[in-house]
Amino acid sequence: MRVAIVGCGAVGSLFAANLAQLDEVEVWAFDLDREHVAAINEQGLRLSGAGELVGEVRATTDAAELPPSDFGIVATKCMHTAAAIEATAPAFADGAVCSVQNGVGNEEVLAEYAERVIRGTTFPAGRVLGPGHVQWDVKGDTTIGPFEPSPAPMAEVERLAAVCTRGGMPTQAVADARGPQWRKLIFNAATNPIGALTGLTHGRVCDDPGLRRLVSQLVDEGRAVAAAQGIELDADPEELIDHAARPDVAYDHKASMLQDAEAHRQTEVDYLNGGISRVGREQGIPTPLNDAITALIKGLEASWAQT
Amino acid sequence: MTGDIWVIGGGVIGSLFAAHLSRVAEVTLLCRRPEHAAAVAEHGLRVSGRADFVGRPRASVDPAGLAETGLVIVATKANDVEAAAARLEGRLGDATVMTVQNGLGAEEVVRRYGSWPQLSAVTFMSGTKLADDHVEYVLDTPTWVAPYEDAPFATAAETASLIVEAGLKAEAMPDLEPARWSKLIFNATVNSVAALTGLPHDHHFAELDRPSDLGHLVRGLMDEGKRIASAAGVSLREDPWEMNVLATQRGSRHYPSMLEDVEAQRPTEVDFITGALVREAERRGVEAPLLAAVYGLIKGREASYL
Repeated sequence: MRVAIVGCGAVGSLFAANLAQLDEVEVWAFDLDREHVAAINEQGLRLSGAGELVGEVRATTDAAELPPSDFGIVATKCMHTAAAIEATAPAFADGAVCSVQNGVGNEEVLAEYAERVIRGTTFPAGRVLGPGHVQWDVKGDTTIGPFEPSPAPMAEVERLAAVCTRGGMPTQAVADARGPQWRKLIFNAATNPIGALTGLTHGRVCDDPGLRRLVSQLVDEGRAVAAAQGIELDADPEELIDHAARPDVAYDHKASMLQDAEAHRQTEVDYLNGGISRVGREQGIPTPLNDAITALIKGLEASWAQT
Repeated sequence: MTGDIWVIGGGVIGSLFAAHLSRVAEVTLLCRRPEHAAAVAEHGLRVSGRADFVGRPRASVDPAGLAETGLVIVATKANDVEAAAARLEGRLGDATVMTVQNGLGAEEVVRRYGSWPQLSAVTFMSGTKLADDHVEYVLDTPTWVAPYEDAPFATAAETASLIVEAGLKAEAMPDLEPARWSKLIFNATVNSVAALTGLPHDHHFAELDRPSDLGHLVRGLMDEGKRIASAAGVSLREDPWEMNVLATQRGSRHYPSMLEDVEAQRPTEVDFITGALVREAERRGVEAPLLAAVYGLIKGREASYL
């Protein structure tokens, strides 16, 4: 089996290095970071932290070098999905493409370029330490299922889940993967931008009664939009938010969007709060607070362009 | 209105009033700190900037003598009005009490401590306190004075004239609320959005093309403010959204003070601007989720650096 990772940042690297542990899988990685790609080709792709391993991965910055693959696993930031799949689509002419990205709307973009698409949500997390080296912060499950408008057959979804699980990334194949995706989306949309706008860690956001109320209001809007689509969340976002606020879990965690804000990097807000707002408009569900948060983060991004 | 004037609170506004009015009336500045009162008693109160003179108000930390006064100007910070009003309780004779705080509700706090005639005022003059006995007069914008509850308009007019005579700008109006609320809704929105986004008050604030454009949020915040004003029985003097569109079309790119405060990691005035509207909404049972959200976010932002 040949698997190509599209976007070999932290999450892409976790899949790539783990899958590369299996003899029967040939792993390729497409990424635009030349140093990272060169390091992977010279020394292998190294993970530290929750797991210590080195994967033999063939990396390239040139999408045309990707050979025909059985599966693509797309792990770019949301705003790069279209460019990444446009470049790599020929490699998946006879394969299926699976998103493991944040937010909503990625599968729709993939389906413009690939025939068989898999909807995915992944919880493992990490960060790039340097070229060819990724810190694995959190282990966790991945859930995948056919993307309804352009589905990969269930047998193909199960094949990918099985190989990821064997490789060390526990993955479940389900008929409807929207529940976990919306659970993660609602969690991220309700907490990430609050961290970015205030500068507070997850735990401190939850300690502040006013902000915690705002988090719940954002969760409620997300739930209403999910319910309007007939999506059943697989867990209560409120419980996950409170759990994460525990000192032994993620009290001191700076949301990725706060890290983006501090570095003046474009955020994924269009696919998080902006995604909830967009689907809400399609479904006729008002989302005034997600609209407000999207506008504030977009305003913040605009302020960086001015300085 | 007869007798002398007491000014409570020797910050920028209190100092500007006390120094100017001491040129046309007997004025006592009631200070909190004895060394503050001592400095003013010893050196006088110097004004520089837009004016240049040394005022000679009496200065004291002792409220004895208040019984003789005709006018009390409460010029403390909004959160110190309660303590100031408590010091007045049972001490005033035939006096009028004027509040000059920017937010909302100072008049009602004062009312709880006595049945004096009251004036509502908002001042737009500004300055910098350089020392206990020295204030720089920066912006010579006016103070608006109006009767509160059933105080006679004549008292407001007389007080405004006295302030003008003292060398400051003032205007009496029968009802302060329409102007005050227009400005409050405008300030609460523009300051909050600027502080959270880092944007000066520029064209982004009026953009409505895409659903995620900032103009929608600005208008939504202002609409909540207008609903609160309406519940409070106030008809606005100017439409805040039109004020916003006009200001951004002029290309002012004004840096609101709350943005400057956040960037300098200072405490902001959010409690008296956006917070005033949020509290008023709660009191009157008006839904204001957007104002509550931006208020909470700025409090959180302050907590991250204070």
